[in-house]
Amino acid sequence: MTLTRRGLLGLAGASVAGVGLAAAGPLLAEDRQPAQVVPFHGAHQAGITTAVQGHLHLASFDVTAPDRASLVALLERWTRAAERLTAGLEVGEGAGGAPLAPPDDTGEAVGHGASRLTLTFGVGPSLFDDRFGLADRRPAALADLPAFAGDVLEPARCGGDLVVQACADDPQVAVHAIRTLSRLAAGAAAVRWAQLGFGRASTTDADGPTPRNLFGFKDGTANLTADDREGLDEHVWAGADDGWMAGGSYLVARRIRMTVETWDRTSLQEQEQVTGRTKAEGAPLGGRRERDQLDPTSLPATAHVRLAHPSAHGGAKMLRRGFNFVDGSDGLGHLDAGLLFLVYQRDPRRAFVPVQTALSRSDAMMEYLRHTGSSVWAVPPGVRRGGTWGETLFA
Amino acid sequence: MRTTTLLVLPCALLALTACGSEDDTPAAAGGPVVVTASDDACELDRTELSAGRNVFAIENTGSQVTEVYLYAAGDRIVTEKENIGPGISYELTTQVPEGEYVVACKPGMTGEGIRTPITVTGALAEADPAETGAVEAYRAYVQAQADALVPLVQGFADAVKAGDVERAKALYAPSREPWEAVEPVAESFGDLDPKVDLREADLEPGAEWTGWHRLEKALWVDGSTTGLDAVADQLVADITDLQGRVQNADLSVASIGNGAKELLDEVATGKITGEEEAFSHTDLVDVDANVVGAYKALEVLRPLVTDTALLAQLDAAFAGVEKALEPYATATGYVSYDTVDDAGRRELARVVDALAEPLSRLSAAATA
Repeated sequence: MTLTRRGLLGLAGASVAGVGLAAAGPLLAEDRQPAQVVPFHGAHQAGITTAVQGHLHLASFDVTAPDRASLVALLERWTRAAERLTAGLEVGEGAGGAPLAPPDDTGEAVGHGASRLTLTFGVGPSLFDDRFGLADRRPAALADLPAFAGDVLEPARCGGDLVVQACADDPQVAVHAIRTLSRLAAGAAAVRWAQLGFGRASTTDADGPTPRNLFGFKDGTANLTADDREGLDEHVWAGADDGWMAGGSYLVARRIRMTVETWDRTSLQEQEQVTGRTKAEGAPLGGRRERDQLDPTSLPATAHVRLAHPSAHGGAKMLRRGFNFVDGSDGLGHLDAGLLFLVYQRDPRRAFVPVQTALSRSDAMMEYLRHTGSSVWAVPPGVRRGGTWGETLFA
Repeated sequence: MRTTTLLVLPCALLALTACGSEDDTPAAAGGPVVVTASDDACELDRTELSAGRNVFAIENTGSQVTEVYLYAAGDRIVTEKENIGPGISYELTTQVPEGEYVVACKPGMTGEGIRTPITVTGALAEADPAETGAVEAYRAYVQAQADALVPLVQGFADAVKAGDVERAKALYAPSREPWEAVEPVAESFGDLDPKVDLREADLEPGAEWTGWHRLEKALWVDGSTTGLDAVADQLVADITDLQGRVQNADLSVASIGNGAKELLDEVATGKITGEEEAFSHTDLVDVDANVVGAYKALEVLRPLVTDTALLAQLDAAFAGVEKALEPYATATGYVSYDTVDDAGRRELARVVDALAEPLSRLSAAATA
């Protein structure tokens, strides 16, 4: 059960000989040093089971390329750049080069190292229209999300043809990666919306401490972890019979505004009743320790963790990888704060959708939440050496 | 007055053989000219230079942010570097032909500067005929735009002075088109641009506001041109001045390529946002002219560019911009920009970005 960093990365299909990786052993502080490289290639894309980094920059793109060949060429450009970025290298000829030309690399990440950067690529339902001959390639699991009670979605924060999730321990490295890919996309894709996140609001790390969301509660205690291979195969990875998605996963991204000001005026008892766990320890109500067995039926009927519990959804589990955000203020004296809820699963129709349906109807926490952005993505399998993001889709 | 039709002109305006021209002009003998800029002095280690590529190694030893200009006769800017902070060094490289020049350091970035005359002697290395052809073709284009500008501005000024607000409004945007097409060259005469094209938001406190946008506000906001005869006259005088100075504009293959990029930068930062024509909302007329001017730069440089993939990308991107502008065209120009909704503006921003990114590589590609 002891998880080593090497084991973790191996799961992401590492074939690169341990570039800058810590040797086997318990998780040590130095394992999180910024120079670390997470291998880009493998059976699954990195950035899903990879131990959650400190920072996120996620961008959704609309494809503007006129034809399929231009789109494939973009993915080729992106993949080559992603290989360099995740290795901590500058793109193209770097931040120098010919004096009369703009530098290929914008330069702000020079000297920051790889910082465990992962770049994870996905495609949205809108890509499967008639533009690129993909209409008959849309997986059934990539169904449009239904409307949920209480949704206040803003179109400018929803959907998109392509997504890139950049995670790194150094925010500047994550931002540089998205900025670089966006620049390389000129004429082929344009950013539709983007979100910065911080403070990893979940962990995929069995031994790591459980992080806290902006409500101050531990989030993701019962999350799937990277060493739970059976659980991942059952709940996260698309299977061998899933065609071009075999080895991939489905990502749901929800921008959940948290009205922290009203939450902060709520009594401790009320906060704990709403959540179903204690604030300090994170123990299930009635229990003493965070990892005490949780008996959903002993919790209030509207408690968040009871409604979200796998036992209420046919055992469905998801791998959560969310990040907190604060996008300045809302102009009314409140923080525009919340959670960019990112969740990977084998089939959203059997995981996120039923869970969110139950939560949106009954969760006492909904009083403090506003879902303002929503998207669902098919995240293709990993990239072999010399391969390209999404190549199984275009094969 | 739509001019995007220029985009369908045959590609090669000039019967020039495509060839790369190495920048093999040797740096002038003697190494960099060391410019030591302090708060009260501007010292050069020598004032006699050889014609050709010269490097000015500037060091700001003062306590204020400074800027350094190289002026030719009549304070025409040959090159400049602004915003050199205290303790910062910067190497300014430029091609300098034989002649008398002035180096000016401006501590605090104000005033006439601390001036040192310098003399440049010797002949430039034989210029590449293809480069010369491109530069002269572009100069002829700039001259033609300046020539066209004078009567258009005169007509606009006449309407302003006659108090004919409606007629002046109709003539306003067309009077700016040739200017917008060659704006980077016009701007290289540093004193002219602020006099004719300054926006109200860029006006320094206490400074006098002249030029097109002063008149724009009077026409669209005040609905009256009373008291603005002098502004109208000054605009005509300044544009006539420009017409006479184009022949002396310091043009090079690199500056033409950069100018094209700057035209798209203008579109991306000033016009897509609707800031340029804040009162008249005639931004799309400017955009059209900017794009036409950038396309002209591509046309004259095309024979020098061997990167065919870049040329194909640029042609596709120009076509993309033209197509995106099309729905907004009217019989006499373009729809008012305040009628273009956010989705429309976003689409325009996207095609402009798609063009500006490859265009930023034109200068290097043409000099490779």
